[in-house]
Amino acid sequence: MRGAFAKLSGYVLGFGSLFALWHLASVYLLNSILFPPPLRVVAKAVELGKDGTLWENASISLQRIGLGFCFGSLIGIPLGLAIGSFGLVRRILEPYTEFLRFIPATALITVAVIWFGIGEGSKVFLIIYTTVFIVIINTAAGVSAVAPNKIRAARSLGASRTQVFQYVALPATVPYILTGMRLAMGNSFVTIIAAELVAANAGLGKMIWDARLYMLVDQIFVALLVLGLLGFTADRLFRWGIYAFAGRFSPVT
Amino acid sequence: MQGSDYVAVRDFELDIEAGEFFCLLGTSGCGKTTVLNMIAGFEPPTSGRIEISGRAIEGPGADRGVVFQGDDSLYPWLTALGNVEFGLRMRGLPRRDRLERAQHYLELVGLEGQGHKHPPELSGGMKQRIQIARVLANEPQMLLMDEPFAALDAHTRAAMQRELIKIWRATGKTVLFITHDIDEAIILATRIGVMHAGPASRLKGIIDVALSDAERDRTDDSFVGVYRQVHAMIRDEVAKAMQRSQ
Repeated sequence: MRGAFAKLSGYVLGFGSLFALWHLASVYLLNSILFPPPLRVVAKAVELGKDGTLWENASISLQRIGLGFCFGSLIGIPLGLAIGSFGLVRRILEPYTEFLRFIPATALITVAVIWFGIGEGSKVFLIIYTTVFIVIINTAAGVSAVAPNKIRAARSLGASRTQVFQYVALPATVPYILTGMRLAMGNSFVTIIAAELVAANAGLGKMIWDARLYMLVDQIFVALLVLGLLGFTADRLFRWGIYAFAGRFSPVT
Repeated sequence: MQGSDYVAVRDFELDIEAGEFFCLLGTSGCGKTTVLNMIAGFEPPTSGRIEISGRAIEGPGADRGVVFQGDDSLYPWLTALGNVEFGLRMRGLPRRDRLERAQHYLELVGLEGQGHKHPPELSGGMKQRIQIARVLANEPQMLLMDEPFAALDAHTRAAMQRELIKIWRATGKTVLFITHDIDEAIILATRIGVMHAGPASRLKGIIDVALSDAERDRTDDSFVGVYRQVHAMIRDEVAKAMQRSQ
């Protein structure tokens, strides 16, 4: 109970000071219309929330991230497991992963738009792309990091090779998979905004771009604030999910 | 060893009797772990033959249970009980039998009431007990123990040695126990095999330890007698190993 209180008061203090500094910098240091204080941004957020634009744009961005992130993980985990388990698969797929992971998703935005249009297709493709390699690499690293004695012990306890994979290698790799997914989540936020800035019909990135055209600095800040909060919440939810459903595998104990 | 010509063990010949407690004693780097790994089936010998009850060993098997030195062979995502019943689960025993047997062996190693805990919550000595129970639950013909107490503090180690003797008596298993500690070998073994210093090591000699329980005490005269005998045999090998590592 005391621990929970200390944790909560820590967060309140952290966020409180962040907004206080923001306010001070905006009102007393710069005093410019180009750097609005937090209260004005919040007021603008309420306004945009009431007419529905904020929810619409935020939810469409989140939807894209969610979809791409899930598909990317679903593709990345089995590929990573295969790469980590079989030398042949690793040698075949490594050129792909080692080549493609250095081409950032943001560099592929234009190509994605040409291929899939400015709608959902290109966005989900880009999020999948940005997710899949981090998940593959972390998963494969996890498989090869399984202590050899864990596998030897299982073999001499009578486990077959498939059982070793299912009951030893797989659970031992879960923390690495979850770490990869968490990193991928962060990247997804970067990628979606970049993609929506370049070409989109809705989303938080589009909201920022539109606001720029009319110099609506308050609106840009609303999008930034919401992005920060969404990212923070998504990461907390992910961590909470790990604790709740896979506490034993937690990479963050 | 793959990709190298390093020979850890050469011309190694040893018969271990059913039910005996055999300690393989050697300096570090003498290849004693290689011997254990070959018997366990983890590494095939480049030449020669290893048999258990007349059958050649072709790989790891549930008839030879291995207790490792460190705790990295335990499964931290399973409870202590889950670790102990692991082999039985892999071999398809029904759940009720599994739990009953796992529970029995947890009690035998002195871990009753700890079955619900996960390995990271337990002390080093308790983790080694889980390893021993996990192997015993599988009811192997033979126990292969690779310096299982080397990482424990002196008091825990002494307690574990006493426990192991009790367990060995209660189960009647054949034990091959690897150690570099002369005291430990004399406390535990019915026979001690001393190895030459590596590389290309082989067995230097075998010493029978015909001591009663009361005599298996570092301060006992007969204990000291055996100690002198073992020490005389291993002294030169220690010197050689020291020279090589310098």
